[in-house]
Parts: sequence; C-alpha cells; structure tokens
Amino acid sequence: MDLILNRYRNLTALVAAILVQLVLLAYQVKSNQEVRLIRVWAVSAVTPLARLLEGGRSGTVNFFKDYFVLLDVREQNKRLQTDLNRVQLENQYLRSQLDTAERGRALSVFQEQSGMKTVAARIIGNSPGSNGRVVLIDRGTGSGVQPGMAVITPDGIVGKIVSAYPIASTLLLVTDPTFAAGVLSQKNRVHGTLKGTGNSSVLVDYVQNEQNVEVGEWFYTAGDDFIFPKGLPAGTVTAVRPGRTVKEIVLSPSGLQNGLEDVLVILEGNHKPIPDLPPSGQSVHLQPPPTVEGDPADALSTARNSGPQTDLDREVEHTRRIGEDQKHVFGERGRGAPDFNKVPDPGARPAAAQSVTPPAAAQPPLSAPAPNAPTPATSAPANPPPSTAQPRP
Amino acid sequence: MSDIPAAFSEPPRRKSVSKFKWVSIVGIPLAAILFQVYVPRFFTYLAYLELPLLVTIYFSLMWRSPPFGVLFGMCIGLAQDSLVPNHPLGMFGIVKTLVGYFAASVSQRFEANSAVLRLVLAFFFFFFHQFFYWVLSRALLGEAVSFEPVQTLVLAVLNAAVAVPLFHILDRLKVTE
Repeated sequence: MDLILNRYRNLTALVAAILVQLVLLAYQVKSNQEVRLIRVWAVSAVTPLARLLEGGRSGTVNFFKDYFVLLDVREQNKRLQTDLNRVQLENQYLRSQLDTAERGRALSVFQEQSGMKTVAARIIGNSPGSNGRVVLIDRGTGSGVQPGMAVITPDGIVGKIVSAYPIASTLLLVTDPTFAAGVLSQKNRVHGTLKGTGNSSVLVDYVQNEQNVEVGEWFYTAGDDFIFPKGLPAGTVTAVRPGRTVKEIVLSPSGLQNGLEDVLVILEGNHKPIPDLPPSGQSVHLQPPPTVEGDPADALSTARNSGPQTDLDREVEHTRRIGEDQKHVFGERGRGAPDFNKVPDPGARPAAAQSVTPPAAAQPPLSAPAPNAPTPATSAPANPPPSTAQPRP
Repeated sequence: MSDIPAAFSEPPRRKSVSKFKWVSIVGIPLAAILFQVYVPRFFTYLAYLELPLLVTIYFSLMWRSPPFGVLFGMCIGLAQDSLVPNHPLGMFGIVKTLVGYFAASVSQRFEANSAVLRLVLAFFFFFFHQFFYWVLSRALLGEAVSFEPVQTLVLAVLNAAVAVPLFHILDRLKVTE
C-alpha cells in the first residue's frame, strides 16, 4: 500500500484534495428539495449498489425457490399422471360396465317384445379344440338350458346349444361347418339350408339355380328345423353365384355382426311371420321399450289378436269357421266331430272372426275339439310346428 | 530510435526549483485574492482578471511539485470560495486544485521560464479553469449557467497577456541561493 502511495504520490494527493472538497461541497450545498448534496450523492452512490445487491439476492433466492418449486411440480406431475392413469382405467371400466348394462337392457327389451321365453347368457370362453366356432356360455341345465336349443341375439341367430352342463353350456355358432338351419328369403320366399363355412361368412345351400335371390336380401329362419322359430333374422346376402347344381349364396350372419358377448337362449320358441321389410337399424333393440298406454300385456295380446300369424293360427281359424258353419260346438258331448271336408262359406264368416281373433287364452286348445274323435288328416297343419319349440298363438 | 523512447519514458530531472520566502508564499496569494475582491469595486473591468488563478499557475510552475500545486491551488480556491457570499465552498477549490496539479506536472517536463510558454500556459489554464468551473456548476450544483467560448477565449488572452509581466515581476521574489 505504501509502495503504491509513494509511486502515485502526486495522483493520490490530487484525488485526496478533490475528494475532501467534494465532501465539503456536498455537505454545504442543498438540492432543490432542500436535501444536502452529500445526502443525494450518498443515496445516489449507494442505491445502485443496493439495487445490484438486492437484485442478486432476490435472483438467487428466486432461483432456488423456483428450483424447489419445480421439484415439487415434478413430483406433483408424477402424482397427477398416476391419478390420470387410474382415472382412465376407471373410466374405461365404467364404460365397459355401461356397455354391458346397455346390452343387458337391449336384451331385456328384446325379450319383452319377442314374446318368447328366453334366458340371457354371457359368453365366458371358447371351447378348447374347437377352432373358436364353439363357445361356452354361463347358463346350463340349472337355468333350463337343454341341448338343441336355439341361441339368438336381437340382431339374429347365433347358434344352438350342443351340450348343456349344470352351470354352463356349449354353443355351436352358425359359422361352424357342422351347423345347419332352415332359412327362408324375404322377397321370394326361397327355402334353403344355412351352413357354416368355418370363417366369418355362411352359405345358403340347396337353392336351385332357377330361383331368384338378390344380393342384400335378408334370410330368416324358416322354422322347419325344429330348432329356430320362424322369422328370426339369419343374415343378408353378400354374394350370389350360380353353381353346378344349386346356387352358391354367401350370407353375412347378422347375429355376429356386433360382437358376441351376451346372447339369449330360447327356452320356449314363438314363430313369427317373415317381415315384408328388412329389419331396420340395430338401434331398434337399443331403444327403450315403446310406450304403450295401459297395460303392456294387453297391448301385446292385442297385437297377437290382430289376425292369424302362424300356420297353426290359420289352421285353428279354419277349424273354428268349419265348426261355426255347421253349428258345431267344440267340446260338447255327444255331438261328434264336424265334417272337415266341407269348405266353409266365405260369406257366412262371422264378424267377430273377420275383425279380431279371440285371445289366445280364450281359444280352445288343439286337442279340445274332440278328444274322443279321430283327427282327420286335413286337420294336420301344412307346416307342423317344431316339436322342441312350442309356438304360442 | 533508442533516444526517443528514452526521452519519453523518463521525465527530465528538475533542473532548478525556485524557492520563495514564506511571506511571499502566503502574502502573494492573499494579495491576489484581495485584489480580486476589492479592486473590481472601483475598476469594474478589472473583474475579468483572475489573479488568484495566475498566482496558482505561477507558483505551481515554479515549485514543480504536484502535491504542492494541489495544496496551493486548493488553499487559494477555498479562500476565494469563502470570500464570495452564498457561494459553496469547494467550487474554486476543486478547479484550482486541478490547475495547480496540471501546472506542476507540466513544469516537470518543460522549463517554464520562457515568456511564450508562460503565455500559452496561462491562456490554456484560464480556459480550462473557466470551462471546468462551468462543468462543475452544472454537474454538481445543477445550475443552468451558460458557457461563452468566444468570451472565454478573449478573457484567456487578456489574462495570459497580464500573466507574462506578472510572472516576470514574481520572478524577482525568488530566493536566490
């Protein structure tokens, strides 16, 4: 220090003298605000340093604070990500539950509208060694399921039960090569046999080349295979080719189009007429049941009584008209049986018969006319109902 | 080539340091200050003479010691400040401190016995004195004073013209060994 002062002695003396006078000047002079210059200079000299120090301090503090905040944010982000994953899984599970509930609701609506005695079942697995064309359902003999029963969905037929166990059953799908069912085309009433091919499509066999089948035409169950009631959708025609002896008709099975998860096993079938129009969109069975004023059971019976719907209904109506023409009271003792060879007079048809058919409960059973009388050959229906499915009028 | 750097690297040694009696060192500045304070009351045009500045320049040049120039200039400047009413102490002090320092520094390199050199130095230091005073007034005091370069130059010439005979008179007060 002394060396520096000696070396720059002149400059040091100058600086010291000026500083002394500056201090003296600052002490005595006041600024416009009556503040001494020395105070103004001191503040002006100290303030930037203080600002600099404060900036450095606050910057350092904020840096570390932000750093720790960011650390917390990172942990929070991980926690939120975990929560998000969990919520997404829950959402997915709830959506699945909702889909299941909607399917169950659709099956319930279809059960009510079909008028058939069914039991809902769920596909629980594939039968081992069956190439996936045979599946297991969670209903067995304990639920009334028996081998040979038809299995459907609101979209169409699915297959048939091939074996029933106490709590499960084996379902043979329509796509299995060993599956067969009688089908009937919608427009031209062409009869055929639906057969599985082992893949996603099925074939309609035994249709003559001369018969007319169009692409896009619907096939329904014919009811002549003693398994499926008449009138259930089987599928739409995707391809038609003339074969060597019979047509080659490829069908897309409608019962398997929307996936296979919940099915209905028909415990007691009910024949239906082949509709004139193809089944409308799949939303039919997803909609809530139609609102009917009054008792829904009455509405259902009214719909059933609007006229003969099955061959059996027509045969019952024909028998009843013969009895009315001949003033025969069915079930009365000692009257014998009416002459079924006489054709009833169309003009003598009673008004009640022309308008509304009596309720099914009021109709006499088939065995009612003459328990002791021989049943004429003509009384046999042209298309007897399947023995396994007991259609109700 | 080797002579030039040597001439610039080392300042020349003092050839002769003038000495004055203490009476002269104290009395002459006081007389100069009294002249500036008192005489202009009767001769207004003599107010342009900056005798304390000229005395500072002279003694700094003659003594050839920057610390002495600093001290001498500071004392004369503060004395001048104290005699001006409502004038902050230090304004003339700072300016004359710088003048004394630079004058002494110059005298270490040049022999200031030449009349021409004294004229030039007096002209330069007067202009520097006025200009730096104006700078300090604006910077430190915040006064809105104006600076007239032409007028300052003219006054510098006049003061330089006075300085040459004044310095010659003061040379007679040197103590001869």
